[in-house]
Amino acid sequence: MEFLSGLISTLFLGLAFGAVLYVISVGLSVTMGLMGFVNLAHGVFAMAGGYLMISGMQRLGLPWLAALALACVLVAAGSAVLERLLYRRLYGAGELEQVLFTIGLIFVAVAVARLIYDPNPIFIKPPQFLQGQTVIGTRSFPSYRLAIIAASGVLIAALWIGLERTRWGAMVRAAVDNRAMAQSIGIDTGKLFTLTFALGSGLAALGGALGADIMPMTPTYPFEQLVYFLIVVAIGGLGNLRGPFVGALIIGIGDTACKYWVPELGSFFVYVATIGLLLWKPAGLFGRV
Amino acid sequence: MRVARIAAAFLAAISCGLWAGGAAAQTVKIGLINTYSGPMASNGDQIQKAVDLFMKLNESKLPKGVKLEIIKRDDTGINPETAKRLAQELIVRDKVNILTGVVWTPNAAAIAPLTAEAKVPFIIMNAGTAFLTTLSPYIARTSFTLWQSSYPMGSWSAKKFKTAYIAVSDFGPGHDAQAAFNKAFTDGGGKIVGEVRMPPPTSDFAPFLQRVKDAKPEALFVFVPAGKSATALMKAFGDLGLAKDGIKLIGPGDITTDEELPNMGDIPLGVLTMFHYSAAADRPANKAFVAAYQKEYGPKAWPNFISVGAWDAMQAIFDAVAAQKGNMDADKTMAFWKTWKNPNSPRGPISIDPETRDIIQNEYVREVRKVGGHLANVELETITAVKDPWKEINKKK
Amino acid sequence: MYSTTSKLRILEVLPWAVAIAVYFLAPTYLPLGTYVMIMILFALSLDLIVGYGGIVTLGHSAYFGIGAYTAGILAVRVHGDPLLGLAGAALAAALFGALTGAVILRTKALTLLMLTLAITSIVYEVASSVWASPLTGGSDGLHSVPVQPVLGLFRFDMFGKTGYLYCLAVLAVCWWIVRTVVHSPFGAALVGSRENPARMEAIGAPVYWRRLVAYTLSCGLAGVAGAMLTHATAFAGLSTLGFEISGEVLVMLVLGGVGRLYGAFLGPAVYIVARDYLAKQTPEYWTMGIGVLLVLIVLFARGGMLGLADAFAKKYLRRKA
Repeated sequence: MEFLSGLISTLFLGLAFGAVLYVISVGLSVTMGLMGFVNLAHGVFAMAGGYLMISGMQRLGLPWLAALALACVLVAAGSAVLERLLYRRLYGAGELEQVLFTIGLIFVAVAVARLIYDPNPIFIKPPQFLQGQTVIGTRSFPSYRLAIIAASGVLIAALWIGLERTRWGAMVRAAVDNRAMAQSIGIDTGKLFTLTFALGSGLAALGGALGADIMPMTPTYPFEQLVYFLIVVAIGGLGNLRGPFVGALIIGIGDTACKYWVPELGSFFVYVATIGLLLWKPAGLFGRV
Repeated sequence: MRVARIAAAFLAAISCGLWAGGAAAQTVKIGLINTYSGPMASNGDQIQKAVDLFMKLNESKLPKGVKLEIIKRDDTGINPETAKRLAQELIVRDKVNILTGVVWTPNAAAIAPLTAEAKVPFIIMNAGTAFLTTLSPYIARTSFTLWQSSYPMGSWSAKKFKTAYIAVSDFGPGHDAQAAFNKAFTDGGGKIVGEVRMPPPTSDFAPFLQRVKDAKPEALFVFVPAGKSATALMKAFGDLGLAKDGIKLIGPGDITTDEELPNMGDIPLGVLTMFHYSAAADRPANKAFVAAYQKEYGPKAWPNFISVGAWDAMQAIFDAVAAQKGNMDADKTMAFWKTWKNPNSPRGPISIDPETRDIIQNEYVREVRKVGGHLANVELETITAVKDPWKEINKKK
Repeated sequence: MYSTTSKLRILEVLPWAVAIAVYFLAPTYLPLGTYVMIMILFALSLDLIVGYGGIVTLGHSAYFGIGAYTAGILAVRVHGDPLLGLAGAALAAALFGALTGAVILRTKALTLLMLTLAITSIVYEVASSVWASPLTGGSDGLHSVPVQPVLGLFRFDMFGKTGYLYCLAVLAVCWWIVRTVVHSPFGAALVGSRENPARMEAIGAPVYWRRLVAYTLSCGLAGVAGAMLTHATAFAGLSTLGFEISGEVLVMLVLGGVGRLYGAFLGPAVYIVARDYLAKQTPEYWTMGIGVLLVLIVLFARGGMLGLADAFAKKYLRRKA
């Protein structure tokens, strides 16, 4: 009975963590597969989402949902500008340049965050009806995390339908498969990149803001959480939606299970699993070589 | 001719005055190694505010002609190599008479050998792991040790609870708290149903607390670093509803520090802690301290245990300087500190143990209650003149 | 880029002259200078694989840290002789480098990058874990490491004099090794593998094995740098591992100039000295400045400071002649 209870606890908390990881990382997977660009600075957009939401609530007095929406829109727009001005120049560049460039972006973002916000981690208070616990059967579950799982489920479904059913989705899939070919049949890959980049960053902002419970907002957020996002994308495979989903579940549930059952191991599991999976499938579970 | 004579007399008078003034003017240099940047800078901020306030209120009380110069250096967080290098430079380049500050145990441990080699007295303002004062004969401490709070907490809790779960951060002070509470609680007849060490950078305590919840102890003894970690822990404690399950949260006072309580909502109500300082204490020395602090830094600013550690260190430094009239000698300073007492510290009467050079102070059992519209640590019971139990226990071996 | 001759040029004596001058003229800056030299060796080892080998890694700190901890553990548990520590550290780091290199060099680009990150993270976790704590000191690290006098004669003093000269000597030896490798046929083949691996394979050059040898050597050198840090500071801690210091040494190298041997000297020196002065005042602006500088370097000055110096020399100095 105790084991079963522990199992449920682990699955629940792991699912919430994995859901947040997915929402943040899916944008990274798609844009990396699409543009072939190693964007280590993806965590910056997640951080921006969280901090902008905080500012929206504190300085502008907006209610929770409005602040969340505003933050996502602002980050998406800002990232589009960034893509046009800076990222675009480095699409053909070597790996080292991309790594250095994005690390530079992280530095700037971290410095700006430190100047504007308190260096201490900030937690975003969820609205009243999402606080406390919900009782299901004989157990109580933290309501907010329950809500995260539910909301992410809806979001994921919308995303998958979008990629499979819409014209935009078809264009993205074509460009990921073969960029040159897609261009030659008249797809404006430039606009496609900007749009997809903005969407991915907006999603990252959403994930960052919603997940501030589990991964609190600190100015060094892009550094601290970078490894998790990259690992989810790497083991899932680039350029698709399913890969990071599986990756996020593995990492989310695995990490939580480790902390619950074998806390002395810390995050050990995450890294060992990463190495094992990458050696088995270097392009990721669902990636193409 | 006359003008020249007057000018010469004038010049002679000035140079006499300068010479006399120069001969009497003594600058005592204090090297303050603190954390001013990085994610942990808030602790350093508490120290700096206390130091600045103390200097402002007491500078005029120094002996005539004696000046105190405080040289600040930033160790940027838990960076023992940087701290050691900064200490080296302070000793060799700036020629400080006394070293002080240091929030973090690893930094203090790295600096320790230098104090012995260079014979520079080092008075620790915060770092609280028990073994630190044993590293060099030139170290004294005015802050606390985790054993001082957690060991009596264990004894006291054993009378109230039958079972307890221990959850601590996995680093020096956490290990101390765990060992201290464990020993005292089990010696007092209690049963520890589980222990867990949580990696220091943890910000999401839910998985660990879920495990505690599933184990159903009567009390949960927790130590995490004061400030943001404590708030994160409180949040998880509230989110998972452990209080509703009848699990009482207890621990050393680091988990409910005065300046952080406003950020924790109502979750900490009823939490029992054992600590050497509460800003809500109503002894006159503390009331004056808090009043002066809020006059300087605003009505929402609260001093905490780190502030008081720095405050009393400054007092010890001032007293040592006054006793030697500014002519600092390392061995005389250490001898002076070994017998130093301050009956009027904001935390109650304190003194330094001549055998261990560590602090002896009262420990108070407190409960978090609502006082005047905000949460405060209300002192319920007092345990007087607690020496560091770890050194006491190990002395007998 | 890389010189075709291995004869010593006059300009190459400059760094050593500066180092000796600092020893006599600025004795209170020796601890800082020691730290600079350690990072120079670390950056040099990184340049071997990033600059010359074209392998982008964010996990080089794993070997630096292994070297640091090996030296520390040897001193605490076995004997504190520094030369023993250096040998042990080099061996341990090189061994781990060979093992990990064999695995990760079969991959490329993002996969390789991720693996390097994962490896350094694992080493970090192991070093801080509860099981390894009795050996590594866990989160607090190993303090008061009992380092014996160098060659039994020169004690590590608190002024940092012995530490400085010790690191200078070790750096000189390692520099000579790297320089020789880089100017040798092996070095040329390494660069060839970076520029065009397909063509190299087509002419029968064993790309994988060359890279593995270079990687192992580089890891060994990083381990030596780590050991130097432990000996100079009598401390070994978690700050020698993880992503942060990996990223930092990469930034230092790029600042000086990748693939130029001396970029590894210039970059760390400039970065560390500048940070010592500037970051004291306003650490946020320092971080922002480095970020902006990185972006500018990538966009306009890929060769770092030495690259700029080369371009400058080409434009203005050749004209004079």
